[in-house]
Amino acid sequence: MSFRESYFYQVFWARFRGNRFAVAGGITVLCLFLVSFLAHYITPYDPDALDLYHVLMPPSADHWFGTDELGRDVFTRIVFGARISLKVGFVAVGIAVLVGTVIGLVSAYYGGMIDAIFMRFVDIMLCFPTFFLILAVIAILEPSIWYIMIIIGLTGWMGVARLVRAEVLSIRERDYVMAAKSIGASDMRIIFRHVLPNALSPVLVSATLGVAGAILTESALSFLGIGVQPPTPSWGNILTAGKDYIEFAWWLSLFPGLAILVTVLSYNLLGEGIRDALDPRLNR
Amino acid sequence: MGIYLLKRLLMMIPLLFGITIITFAVIHLAPGEPVEMQVAMNPRVSAEARERLRKFYDLDKPLYVQYGKWVGRLARLDFGRSFAPDGRKVLDKIKERIPITLSLNIIALLLEFGLAVPIGIFAAIRRDTPLDKGITVFVFLGFAVPTFWLALLLMYVFGVKLSWFPISGLHSMGSEGMGTVGWLLDMARHLILPISVATFSSLAGLSRYMRSTMLEVIRQDYITTARAKGLSERTVVFRHALRNALLPVITLLGFSVPGLIGGSVIFETIYAIPGMGQLFYMGVMARDYPLVMGILVIGACLTLVGNLLADVGYALADPRIRTGGAA
Repeated sequence: MSFRESYFYQVFWARFRGNRFAVAGGITVLCLFLVSFLAHYITPYDPDALDLYHVLMPPSADHWFGTDELGRDVFTRIVFGARISLKVGFVAVGIAVLVGTVIGLVSAYYGGMIDAIFMRFVDIMLCFPTFFLILAVIAILEPSIWYIMIIIGLTGWMGVARLVRAEVLSIRERDYVMAAKSIGASDMRIIFRHVLPNALSPVLVSATLGVAGAILTESALSFLGIGVQPPTPSWGNILTAGKDYIEFAWWLSLFPGLAILVTVLSYNLLGEGIRDALDPRLNR
Repeated sequence: MGIYLLKRLLMMIPLLFGITIITFAVIHLAPGEPVEMQVAMNPRVSAEARERLRKFYDLDKPLYVQYGKWVGRLARLDFGRSFAPDGRKVLDKIKERIPITLSLNIIALLLEFGLAVPIGIFAAIRRDTPLDKGITVFVFLGFAVPTFWLALLLMYVFGVKLSWFPISGLHSMGSEGMGTVGWLLDMARHLILPISVATFSSLAGLSRYMRSTMLEVIRQDYITTARAKGLSERTVVFRHALRNALLPVITLLGFSVPGLIGGSVIFETIYAIPGMGQLFYMGVMARDYPLVMGILVIGACLTLVGNLLADVGYALADPRIRTGGAA
């Protein structure tokens, strides 16, 4: 690691640590990872175990968040639901970032017709109400978690593409790129060694915020019954039952919603924290 | 202005084509043929009738011919007939539902704008005070709340527990006998919860954006000049700063159209409001392809119109844009 880099990270860390909200968000995100990896050790219940003698029980010492319409422990289902959320968040955003970066990079670097065509494509994609597009595609294929992740990714790359394009356009003109060119570095070397690494920090921020968005979308889809299919627990499909039993079982609606709220909030705080730490000017 | 408008309208043509291509492609991702669905529901359909249906939908022709014919019909505003048993024209089905969704969203948009602008201004001019911090917390919560969960909570608290508002539909039973005023009031009572949800869902983003553009503007030289002239803080903020800070917000309003329309699926399904979102959801569940295609195209076109209005508004407000000078 060069001196410049290490100095850069020191400043970044110092700024990030100074932001209480960002740190809290980061810690919560880490906890969520732990919870989803250790789900089996956290709760004594099986997420799919029916218990028809204890249906729709309010929260108690045995069942912290109560039980659902089939007597399953809601806390357990929420803990296991965290796995789905993380998976969807990361895979969907991974796809969006990959597609967006490639399109943005190619657009900016080659310019001309290629740029014009790609950017018009971005404009067209942005016209569609994303949620309509996702609903249509999933209903046509079939609701499966893989399709959901892929489609959320494929409808969410436009922002990243624009970001990378703008960033690359400005980096291309910098002196160090000129210098690399003048000593005869190849296109590929310039792109991967000099341009891309410098364009990645805004992408990191938008990816973190994107995870939050993907989790929200997945839960909305599952809530509408076209996302993760029961019996696999997801925060969204627990809420579907919550809606049906809203008059007798508030706990079925309250807790999964809080789980979504806290998770999304943490990713947002983390993302904003990273942004501020990378460039304090942006937010002030 | 005329030339600007013309240019802006011409730019929409390739976008319109793109919208139809993507919609067409999405529908043709489907394994099997759309006719299968219609046939599967009715086992008595003979092989001959099936062939007739295939011909009717041009499924016996290559894809590009199908696309060409479909676009040709779209140009004449012929969206085909719904696969649903009633077999009505897709356009008629959408037409009777668009006004509901559109007026709901316009009311939400106006409320959002009316709330977000003052919230953003106050957060900016009272920066780093408890008021600003409170607003920031509210904004972050607003970003993180799932719309459908908020809808459920409001339904539980105000509908089920307090019984202040009805929890579904647009009208009560027997609302026809209430007279015009009673009928309107009844509808308003039904709309309060859905509109609150729709407004809240993007209020956070807009207030935050308003705050940052306001902060940006307040730092400009002309604001310092205005203060140096001895103008009151009120005049500085509301006459000099506000106008300039509002400009970017106009554009953002245009961009929020697809989100609003997409979001209508959620609150219209939850509150059982017979709008376009609910129609789309039902169409998707029943794999009513002509209907789904029709709504996708119309939804995207509404976005185009929203962006157009935003750009025109921006051009009216900022002469630099319409004369083609530096933006």
